[in-house]
Amino acid sequence: MRNYQAVIIGGGSAGLSAAVTLKKNGIEDIVVIEKDMEPGGILEQCIHNGFGLQTFKEQLSGPAYAERYVRMARELNVDIKLNTMVTKLTADRHISYVNPSEGAVTVSADAVILAVGCYERARGAINITGTRPAGVYTAGQAQRYLNIEGYLVGKKVFILGSGDIGLIMARRMTLEGAEVLGVAEIMPYSNGLPRNIKQCLEDFGIPLYLSHTVTKTYGRDRLEGIDIAQVGPDRNPIEGTTQHFDVDTLLLSVGLIPENHLADEAGIRMDPVTRGPVVDDYYMTSADGIFACGNGLHVHDLVDFVSLQAERAALGAVKYLQREGKARGNTIKVRPGEGVSYTVPACVHPEDPSGNVEFFFRVRKPMDEAVLEIRSGDKVLRTLKKRKLMPSEMERALITEKEIAALREEVTIAVREVQA
Amino acid sequence: MYDVLIIGAGITGTMLAYELSQYQLRIALIEKENDIADGATMANSAIVHTGYDPKDETMKAKMNVEGARRYEKLCRDLGCKYKTVGAFIAACGEEEEAQLDILAGRADRRDIPYRWLSGDEARAEEKNLSDNVTKVLDFYTTAVIYPWEVACACAETAVNNGAKLYLNSPCTGIEKTDGGYIVHTPEQDLLAKTVVNAAGVYADQIAKMVNEDPGFAITPRRGEYYVLDQDADFVNHIIFPVPSEAKGKGVLAVPTVYGNTLIGPNSDYVDDKDDNGTSFDGLAYVRANISKTMKNVPLNRSIRTFSGLRPTSSDPDFIIREDDEAEGFFHIASIESPGLASAPGIAAYVAEELIAKRIPLIKDPEAVMTREAPVVLSELSEEERSELIRKNPLYGRIICRCEQVSEGEIVDCIHRTCGAATVKGVKKRVRPGMGRCQGGFCEPLVLGILSRELGIPMTEVVLDSLKSRILESENRS
Repeated sequence: MRNYQAVIIGGGSAGLSAAVTLKKNGIEDIVVIEKDMEPGGILEQCIHNGFGLQTFKEQLSGPAYAERYVRMARELNVDIKLNTMVTKLTADRHISYVNPSEGAVTVSADAVILAVGCYERARGAINITGTRPAGVYTAGQAQRYLNIEGYLVGKKVFILGSGDIGLIMARRMTLEGAEVLGVAEIMPYSNGLPRNIKQCLEDFGIPLYLSHTVTKTYGRDRLEGIDIAQVGPDRNPIEGTTQHFDVDTLLLSVGLIPENHLADEAGIRMDPVTRGPVVDDYYMTSADGIFACGNGLHVHDLVDFVSLQAERAALGAVKYLQREGKARGNTIKVRPGEGVSYTVPACVHPEDPSGNVEFFFRVRKPMDEAVLEIRSGDKVLRTLKKRKLMPSEMERALITEKEIAALREEVTIAVREVQA
Repeated sequence: MYDVLIIGAGITGTMLAYELSQYQLRIALIEKENDIADGATMANSAIVHTGYDPKDETMKAKMNVEGARRYEKLCRDLGCKYKTVGAFIAACGEEEEAQLDILAGRADRRDIPYRWLSGDEARAEEKNLSDNVTKVLDFYTTAVIYPWEVACACAETAVNNGAKLYLNSPCTGIEKTDGGYIVHTPEQDLLAKTVVNAAGVYADQIAKMVNEDPGFAITPRRGEYYVLDQDADFVNHIIFPVPSEAKGKGVLAVPTVYGNTLIGPNSDYVDDKDDNGTSFDGLAYVRANISKTMKNVPLNRSIRTFSGLRPTSSDPDFIIREDDEAEGFFHIASIESPGLASAPGIAAYVAEELIAKRIPLIKDPEAVMTREAPVVLSELSEEERSELIRKNPLYGRIICRCEQVSEGEIVDCIHRTCGAATVKGVKKRVRPGMGRCQGGFCEPLVLGILSRELGIPMTEVVLDSLKSRILESENRS
């Protein structure tokens, strides 16, 4: 069986960034396995601008951002297997894949980096009743039809969910000549980036219905209409608030879920909140030598952070490979405290820290003024004033290597709202 | 002129066409929809009940026992999935336990095997069984199938044996002629010596075309379901509550052939024979009632909801007989549960007991009653996969990541007899879109493959019916 130093599953923004980092750090015998015909992942269909402000200090389209990493990977002679689907991963790092030229193959690796991306929550995961005609798409699906295949899916459109893809598709479909009648959001606030609300809805006069959801679909062959209703604090529809829209298209932008099938089958421990693997400060999962990054670890709002985290996961793998084993000593858990829904990573190694660790987390609700507090037991490590926090925007907090080395008790990251 | 014309290509109609295709008969199968198995066959609990439930001396009991007896071999012959999972009938308390004794008595009289389990013994095998369950009757030979797969396989085999399938051909009228019937459809008039009405929820309307008072009316009874993700890991056996006169078999948990779980159905009479939409109240009923037998129900792992219409009639039994006034016109009506399990029994009965009285059944020595099973790539060993991919590289390109379906399997299902011509047709036959992403990733790829293989523009590929177009137009830029 062919053994690699590292196998990277997924050739999107996370996988390419991880591969480049491995190569730059002297890990030569690596392969990236990508299911699509081209590297770049989901960025290939994100033709709008706004990528790369953090990483490259300029605004790039999705394909242009991907192209930068593809070029870096090519310059470093990264081996990328295209049109290749990983069908199985085991905890002892055997990777089975299928492609048209090699058939079905199993290889092994000293380290595996999962960079598998995420998928869109579909209609069945939310409570929309009624018929099941053509004309209901996830926003990303409609985006692919439009930007890759070159087809418009409909003329009169309603969008459920104010996630970024939904907002971007509202603008994109309007520009292509479709009429977007509105966007409904079940929460009392939007789940998209504020700049997308402004540029994709407000600038085109598309109404945003907060605390509303789509309750029913009509039409036997093709969608003919939908009902929306206002929801109460329990998110259930309020009687008597139903409005009907005649539309032929409903786009769903109701959440992204890490693609966790391979990790799950390998018995890797999963976080029920992020629905990705639980990782430590080296980005290693519960399986020895298997690392995770990108939207397959937890869903990001900015690709720049995907690239950044993938670099860190790759550095974790480099350390693992160089010392032929995992980090020493006990782990200390890092938990989400009040007001925080999750943290990544979820634990650190005080006796063998990976360095300064930046924690990624999300707040549970929007807060105008808040205090971020990081504690370890009774000891407060950090208090920071924060402004304008949104669940849709990922937050970051740093704990230094020195602080980690001194940790003896569980760490919590909490955010408390304060009156201005 | 056809010897037999069957109206309706659901499980009953296709199974009958298959059964009849072993004889020297000219057979026509007409279907109003754009594909086989588009009605109740596409939306049910997918169970081959063993036959313990129907009352003694009913057609339901007789057909169910006979159907279940035939299913395993039939699925083997047709290359269809048949998975024995067992059925737990779960009683809570003494009153319900007494009901189990009645079922066991019926099973004894019908030679159906079962075993008794205490609540704790059952919970040792089913970790999510409710703590309220006190006693379980396990019909351990109960199986699950993919109903539409069986219907497609029956139609394919029948057509390979010479039967004709007419899709998009609703029966708009029937005339009696000398020695038979003229069946009108929008495209053509078809002549047949005998006609079988297997029209599901429309069976009463078809019957009225030959008999003003056919003696039955169909009122659709809707059943709604949740489908849970494969990794929800919820049940191994089918879990039934104790059946009741009023509510039928109740809300079940069913492990499907490919590892998903069905939770449902409810039971609501509806007026519209086409109204197979889900409802807020119906799904709420399912959510509330599954907790009678189950705990820790992972409804947050739902990947789809659907509903189907049972063709329930005024008669509590199946209606399988020649029409009172129209000679050579046969009704297979009111085929609600256990209709799927009974289908092979019904087909044999209708052929041998009803049609044989009007038309001699002579075996066709050239008829082939078996079908080569389609390849399921994900079930092959690495060597077998590689061998297949060497011969045809399309099997090396995975299109559906959730169900690991390759392009080769999709192309094969399009070009088979009675093959897929729609996105849902492909989903029915080889499963892309059945998984957790529900086609989010693979639907555009499947659409492209259909367009290429059928030689039609992308914009003309439909989801299911002829009017269910997926793409509006090419974009401007």
